[in-house]
Amino acid sequence: MSTPYAKLPGWVEYGLVPLINLAVAFVVAGLVVLLVGENPFEAAYHLINGAFGRGEYIGFTLYYATTFIFTGLAVAVAFHCGLFNIGGEGQAYVGGIGVALACLWLDQTMPWYVVFPLAIIGSAFFGALWAFLPGWLQAKRGSHIVITTIMFNFIASSLMVYLLTRVLKPLGSMAPQTRTFAEGGQLPKLDWLLSIFGLNIGTAPFNISFLLALAAAFAVWVLIWRTKLGYEMRTMGHSPSAARYAGIRESRITVIAMMISGGLAGMMALNPIMGEQFRMQLDFVQGAGFVGIAVALMGRSHPGGIIPAAILFGVLYQGGAEIAFEMPSISRDMIVIIQGLVILFAGALENMFRPAITRAFAMQGRRAAAVAQTKGA
Amino acid sequence: MDNIAIELRGIDKSFGPVHANKNINLKVRKGTIHGIIGENGAGKSTLMSILYGFYQADSGEIIVDGRPVTIRDPNAAIAAGIGMVHQHFMLVENFTVLENVMLGAEDSQILNKGIAKARVELRRLEKEYALEVNPDALIEELPVGLQQRVEILKALYRKADILILDEPTGVLTPAEADHLFRILEQLKDQGKTIILITHKLREIMAITDEVSVMRRGEMVATRTTSETSVEELAELMVGRRVLLRVQKGEGTPGDVKLSVQGLTVKDSRGVTMVDNVSFDVRAGEIVGIAGVAGNGQSELLEAIAGIRKATTGTVLLNGKSVDVTGHRDPAELRARGLAHVPEDRHHVGLVLKFEESENAILGYHHDSSYSNGVFLNIDAIRKDAEEKIAKYDIRPPNARLKTANFSGGNQQKIVLAREMERGPDVLIIGQPTRGVDVGAIEFIHKRIIEMRDQGKAVLLVSVELDEIRALSDRILVMFAGRVVGERSPDATEGELGLLMAGVEGRKEAAE
Repeated sequence: MSTPYAKLPGWVEYGLVPLINLAVAFVVAGLVVLLVGENPFEAAYHLINGAFGRGEYIGFTLYYATTFIFTGLAVAVAFHCGLFNIGGEGQAYVGGIGVALACLWLDQTMPWYVVFPLAIIGSAFFGALWAFLPGWLQAKRGSHIVITTIMFNFIASSLMVYLLTRVLKPLGSMAPQTRTFAEGGQLPKLDWLLSIFGLNIGTAPFNISFLLALAAAFAVWVLIWRTKLGYEMRTMGHSPSAARYAGIRESRITVIAMMISGGLAGMMALNPIMGEQFRMQLDFVQGAGFVGIAVALMGRSHPGGIIPAAILFGVLYQGGAEIAFEMPSISRDMIVIIQGLVILFAGALENMFRPAITRAFAMQGRRAAAVAQTKGA
Repeated sequence: MDNIAIELRGIDKSFGPVHANKNINLKVRKGTIHGIIGENGAGKSTLMSILYGFYQADSGEIIVDGRPVTIRDPNAAIAAGIGMVHQHFMLVENFTVLENVMLGAEDSQILNKGIAKARVELRRLEKEYALEVNPDALIEELPVGLQQRVEILKALYRKADILILDEPTGVLTPAEADHLFRILEQLKDQGKTIILITHKLREIMAITDEVSVMRRGEMVATRTTSETSVEELAELMVGRRVLLRVQKGEGTPGDVKLSVQGLTVKDSRGVTMVDNVSFDVRAGEIVGIAGVAGNGQSELLEAIAGIRKATTGTVLLNGKSVDVTGHRDPAELRARGLAHVPEDRHHVGLVLKFEESENAILGYHHDSSYSNGVFLNIDAIRKDAEEKIAKYDIRPPNARLKTANFSGGNQQKIVLAREMERGPDVLIIGQPTRGVDVGAIEFIHKRIIEMRDQGKAVLLVSVELDEIRALSDRILVMFAGRVVGERSPDATEGELGLLMAGVEGRKEAAE
């Protein structure tokens, strides 16, 4: 009686509602395009074509999606535990240290398949380390995780500037970045995967960390819904008082959840560092940690939702770059506006259309019942 | 008809597919006390919320004093002369009585003049209805009985002729409740019309002139109170005859299973909530703790269950000491044979967003039949949940349904099944039937007595005195954090009521 929103069928809940939200976001974005005096249909064409028009474009789209899957999963894991980890940006940034160390150490002597597992461990370790402190402060001192993770983003940024200008920079170089890795520090592209579909990857940096991202998504699903740890995390996320009643140790779970979250964020660094640039540069994360928040929101913190949401944001990034290139009066900032609208409608205004849809379905249900009754009589 | 104060015609209200009120017709005669009774979820609160303008009816008419009115919001209800005293008081704690009474009816932006006027008006109301309360007292410093009086004054200040009281006695001692009833009688004598919403049959019998019964969103009957009986009303409420008295044989108390000695609990502000409490619970007996809500019972239960830290004192479980003042571990206590049905099943005993089967293992998820070191054994968990659903007749029988979608009684059965089926030595239960429909109450009471007959030690806390008296072998009464007396369940209600109000107990404790 106290729940005005009745339960909707699954396909409506997870299919129709997000789709309507997305459609409205695009309509409003189209109006914005119209406002700057451009043709919204042309923009839509460039967006779609830029994201899917060629094998190379698809490669770029999926390359971005890979990054967002990692950061989206990171936010989702913490969210299931009731923790809002805003620090994915910093954790991914620091995670880069793990990747860089593995590559700088072994890239000239070992093949990629030896370096890659070490880089995975390294990135997860450093990412987790960067999330450990806010998690610990939350668990033991009650410092709010949102505040501390935001601050840790800034600390990470300063730390990386220091490392990349003093410690990890090769002597004599003027650029704030590590040296370029040899072959052992370069991940193979997934050209074969695209060629199955008859697509040519071109110069796109679409690499095997995409497969790692998919594996991570599956692992997160197992963790959250099939393990004792996941059960305890969800209990805490839904009801801290019930968790206390059940004898779940809050501080322990808080720290562990944050470290898993940070580890996933850290693994994001594999994609740009070993997959695209083959060196660690200043600011290589480029806001992906924050996009992860939107991805997790849109994907309802479920891996099955995060993957499509990450691909959608890949489309917006890649297709958006294409719009900016083809239609000079639409700047990159416009793309950010469109992304913002998607987040607004899919995340913040999630319940805007729900009451109407619920009512429509309730009415339909009642009519069906009435029809059944008349037939029965 | 002139003597009808308020009439509802064909009121219908749905929330999505939930049909909360179905074609409700109701006539309330002027100058009477009209009771509306029904189980939780019968639609009483929805109906009153429509009357007070919180919700809009989908169809139907409201007629006040012979005139059809549209009540879009509470302001419209007030304008129509309808006042409401909510179950949870709508008072600003750090405002004075006067400030609360005039809040929202200030007349002008400058308060001075309004305050003076309000003070005069408040005086008049106090005199007229014998509702004395110091206008300059802060709300937070007043006992709940007086806070409720302020709520009534608020309604009268807004010139309400029709007063709706929603479960008004839930937070009151028996003495305070009696006082409230006297006030209501007085208001009635002054020509006010009162609608009393409650699920307590006894109150209906004691004070109302007429009573309407709601069941599953429908108004099933209206009776003149003097011509009906508790049994008839109970039957109308649930649709079948229920056993009001629990069948219970003599207990055979055995060894002491739970021993509490000198337990003191302070809350986060350092206020003593439980004050040097000592008692034993033996195998095969039910010890009931009676008391008005907020006299330390909740804190006592939580301290024993290892959720709340005690300041001093010892607790022995099966003769072995439990660390209640230092490191507390509810999981360890469970393993040692303590089961706990918490008072607040929505926030503590259950995770409402979980599937039923997930709640059926809450706290026991470490058990090797549900999980190995890392993974949950989903098949075993669901199978186990289905067995409990069958055994406890939990409806709907669907282990994968979200817990929030079960009714209060079925949610409580989920908790009880979980805590009872593990065969604990000691079972502590808080408010076993709060918000539970009458049919389920009977079932739950039987299960609790079965536990006793199996030789478990049961500690029962409830604010329902009837329940305590029906189930307990011994009754401890708590007042202001202390156990102020022990009585047998044959003690009269009046005797227990005086103890609960702290009148008798102070003397006894002093002796």
